[in-house]
Amino acid sequence: MAYQESRTGDARLDALSAAIDRHFQGTPYQLEFVCGELTLITPAEGWHERARTLRDHPDFRFEQLIDVCGVDYSAFGYSEWETEAASSTGFGRGADRSGNLATDDPRRFASVYHLLSVAHNRRLRVRVHLDGVEPIVDSVVDLWSAANWFEREAFDLFGILYRGHPDLRRILTDYGFVGHPFRKDFPVSGHVEMRYDPESRRVVYEPVSIEPRVLVARVIRSDSRFGNDARDSVHA
Amino acid sequence: MPEIRNYTLNFGPQHPAAHGVLRLVLELDGEVIARADPHIGLLHRGTEKLAETKPYNQSIGYMDRLDYMSMLCNEHGYVRAIEQLLGIEAPVRAQYIRTLFDEITRLLNHLLWLGTHGLDVGAMTMFLYCFREREDLMDCYEAVSGARMHAAYYRPGGVYRDLPEQMPRYPEQRSKWHSEADFKRRNEARQGSLLDFIEDFTNRFPGYVDEYETLLTDNRIWKQRTVGIGVVSPERALQLGFTGPMIRGSGFAWDLRKKQPYAAYDQVDFDIPVGQNGDCYDRYLVRVEEMRQSNRIIKQCVAWLRENPGPVMIDDHKIAPPPRAEMKADMEALIHHFKLFTQGYCPPAGEVYAAVEAPKGEFGVYLISDGANKPYRVKVRAPGFAHLSAMDEMARGHMLADVVAIIGTMDIVFGEIDR
Repeated sequence: MAYQESRTGDARLDALSAAIDRHFQGTPYQLEFVCGELTLITPAEGWHERARTLRDHPDFRFEQLIDVCGVDYSAFGYSEWETEAASSTGFGRGADRSGNLATDDPRRFASVYHLLSVAHNRRLRVRVHLDGVEPIVDSVVDLWSAANWFEREAFDLFGILYRGHPDLRRILTDYGFVGHPFRKDFPVSGHVEMRYDPESRRVVYEPVSIEPRVLVARVIRSDSRFGNDARDSVHA
Repeated sequence: MPEIRNYTLNFGPQHPAAHGVLRLVLELDGEVIARADPHIGLLHRGTEKLAETKPYNQSIGYMDRLDYMSMLCNEHGYVRAIEQLLGIEAPVRAQYIRTLFDEITRLLNHLLWLGTHGLDVGAMTMFLYCFREREDLMDCYEAVSGARMHAAYYRPGGVYRDLPEQMPRYPEQRSKWHSEADFKRRNEARQGSLLDFIEDFTNRFPGYVDEYETLLTDNRIWKQRTVGIGVVSPERALQLGFTGPMIRGSGFAWDLRKKQPYAAYDQVDFDIPVGQNGDCYDRYLVRVEEMRQSNRIIKQCVAWLRENPGPVMIDDHKIAPPPRAEMKADMEALIHHFKLFTQGYCPPAGEVYAAVEAPKGEFGVYLISDGANKPYRVKVRAPGFAHLSAMDEMARGHMLADVVAIIGTMDIVFGEIDR
């Protein structure tokens, strides 16, 4: 557990991190403190029991589930334009968009939960990393009713499966939509476009006619003023 | 006896009371709702995915278009997330301007809500009254940003520019529709600065709210349509992820402006109204009282802003552009400007969730950065999304006509729900 007691500098968060250590001792978990917020990284197995503890135990009392969202980490830290070495070699004009995505990474996906305790007035973020091939995690609808639509959304956009969800349908995309559009290997322009065909007198779907393009290349630069030193994410 | 079966009814997506593009599949037992299944996503534009493909600052405009009734509050959430990621803080004057405009936005939102909710439930006049006041507030938006709705006024590190010294006036020319006296009357409040105009508005506004209340609060029809409709107990409100007026209507004094203060909210004095029964009527009362409280906050902000001039943007030109004039004369300023607008800035790798008390509830932005000039992931936590997901539970057992009142009381806007 790479964190120290005094790290948060906030009495409420210190108490929370101490309580997490006390409760989850001896089981795999990680606690991160970034930008003034605590993140608990917990494996998918045992997440449901842990969620119940977080909701019910008087030390936590996270009565509210504020948000659930999916994240696809397969392109994390990927830059389209190498800038660090550019001073010696000069910039290439073209951005590199080939993008080798780590699509079968066992930690490709994450289901991220934002919890709020009204009683203690504090927040906790929980991140559960999931397999890239078969992302599946226990649903928490039985603990927080609010999870219902949020989990449907994460399923729709990322294809994350929530075991035990009562009604895991698509929610935001069109009826009959194919694919999970927020995955990094899904192009922004999509795969199909739709138009009204006057001849067959109905709406038809066709492969997209536009090329995906990037106006501003994705560039990663480390800026010493922002103190990059201790901010390296656990996901790497 | 003929066989009696439940009746399935399609409500929307083009229904005037659906507040946009809500398709509601209702299973009816006679005229009683047996099940309500909202189909959303008809306005899904993939805002979050689009934001991943653009430098941070270029997505501020998208935030306006999420909840297009509370534009600047959305921007506030997004901008605050970036600021927290960068570890910067806006100057104190900018914080007060943000507080001022957040409250103006709250009035805008609540006025629209009151007008349309009234219209849905059968009170036509409310709509006309509320939109009259919205005009003045949108003029404030316009004076400060040039746009009446999608302002893009908040920026990481402050606000785009200081409040104007001169409130724009109506042109003093004859027209077919307005007489000279008409122009004079309309320009009366616009002789001074924007702050004068806002102050004049805050003096008038409590009278307007009294007008609304005489029309609705004790109105028999209004009470018949709202009292005891869509009751949510405090426990269920927590479970369902309610925030904002929805949870306050159920009796929780939970307001991020008080509990987790941001901007200048810890410097101003205001109260949190709380309901008792958790029905549509209580939520109406909560929102009306919130308008009065917002008026109070605006007054305090105006007084402070008059007394305390100062910068409204941080002086770091890696994040905020240099002034235009400087750019014309100074090479370094020109380079900063060019780099900022072609490439943007690279915050450190990390993740952050920043929430603001938007008029509808907790509006949060979850940002993940991998150190690039574009966000790795943006997740917008829209209050309306959680509220609408409770539709089935709230509508079950009510009559068909009550569905309209329940949609109204949730104050839903599809820009933020579908994103």
